[in-house]
Amino acid sequence: MIDAEGLSIKIGAEAKEFDGEARFSRSQLTLWDRVTQMAIAAGEEAVQSAGLELGDEESLRAGAVVGTSMGGMHTLDENYDLIYRQGKSRIHPFTVPKLMPNAPASHLSMAFGARGPSWAVTTACASSNHAMGQAFQMVRSGALDVAITGGCESQLTFGVLKAWEGLRGMARDACRPFSKNRTGMVQGEGAAIIIFEKLERAIARGAPIWAEVVGFGASSDANDIVQPNQDGASRAMRAALQDAGLGAGEIGYINAHGTATAANDRTECAAIRHVFGEHADGLMVSSTKSMHGHCIGAAGALEMVATLGALRDGVIPPTINYDEPDPDCDLDVVPNEAREVEIEAALSNSFAFGGLNAVVAMRKWRGA
Amino acid sequence: MTDQIATDEEIEKKVLEIVAEQTMVGKSEITLASTPEELGIDSLGLVEIVFAIEEAFNVSVPYNANDPSTSDFDLSTVKAVVDAVKRLIEEQKQTT
Repeated sequence: MIDAEGLSIKIGAEAKEFDGEARFSRSQLTLWDRVTQMAIAAGEEAVQSAGLELGDEESLRAGAVVGTSMGGMHTLDENYDLIYRQGKSRIHPFTVPKLMPNAPASHLSMAFGARGPSWAVTTACASSNHAMGQAFQMVRSGALDVAITGGCESQLTFGVLKAWEGLRGMARDACRPFSKNRTGMVQGEGAAIIIFEKLERAIARGAPIWAEVVGFGASSDANDIVQPNQDGASRAMRAALQDAGLGAGEIGYINAHGTATAANDRTECAAIRHVFGEHADGLMVSSTKSMHGHCIGAAGALEMVATLGALRDGVIPPTINYDEPDPDCDLDVVPNEAREVEIEAALSNSFAFGGLNAVVAMRKWRGA
Repeated sequence: MTDQIATDEEIEKKVLEIVAEQTMVGKSEITLASTPEELGIDSLGLVEIVFAIEEAFNVSVPYNANDPSTSDFDLSTVKAVVDAVKRLIEEQKQTT
């Protein structure tokens, strides 16, 4: 869909079959950038699958906490083109409400009648994990009974891809996390929305429970605006384990940040060794970015969905495109094929540009 | 339409089209006497109609959503809009 003419990036993980025009009404499309369209589509699936219905009182204790890195970039790109290149003197009146990064959170709150606290969270590649971490804390503290949470990103526009090109971290052919021949990231787009609900409420209404969110850990590197940092990553994982009351030995799977840049994968593996010690060789680590690309602000949410599948169904998602072992990434990275293994608990890592790290801990749900 | 001088009839037809498209009310139900309230047009809808008029007639509409009643552009009925557009086009002709 995106014209690659004039771009050096030749590969992107577009959600090609996602057709907002076919799915939504004209009045919705007038107000919703593609990023909001994706968030609403994911939200509809989540609410339906959770069987969530909010009564009048309940709606006051429900909120939407949604990660996104950039907001409505299609709207920004198209309208900059109109005024700068095409010399138009006026643009559509809904340009601001369409492109603001909180639009997805706001429209989710409207679509599902969540009248409690709602907001957008933006921490680049960790936006979703920070959002879900905050949603988790809100539910755990009793400030919310239900959180519509996760993340969304739709940033495959000419202007944004030009900006990514400038960083020179993009893959030539494919996203190959942990593989020695990796050449960088593949940019993607998407959304995942998950319903976080107070356990007693979920049990009482017979909701389908995928897993239990048990901990959240976050840290700042306070070091470099783009380079990852082993210490920051380690501290975030430790904090998540501690918050969850989980021992390192209880973790069976880590959904890695695993961007397939030289620096991230090496640093992340070193951090995992540092935190898990000998058990680092007894757990599985995979990067699903090899399959869905790096969806930036939506990454952590998509990866939580993969992790929920691992916990509920005992299917560990693989790291595909894995060709060649790298001595700096010598963990069990579940190369190329999914594996059926029952696990008790898992972590999902996100380490953002800007040195902002966020890790979510989950535990298998075995019934009340 | 923007490159030629629109006739009164064309202006009226185009304004009705714009209102119909923005409200998704059938064209047959919209008359010159229809008001925004009757057509279910809210404040954001009015702003959208103003934008569509500016685009269609290449005019600049002096409309401020903060206080529509003091704007120098009457949006109280479809007829008022048609008249205001005619006046804007006339004014623009004189300045160019």
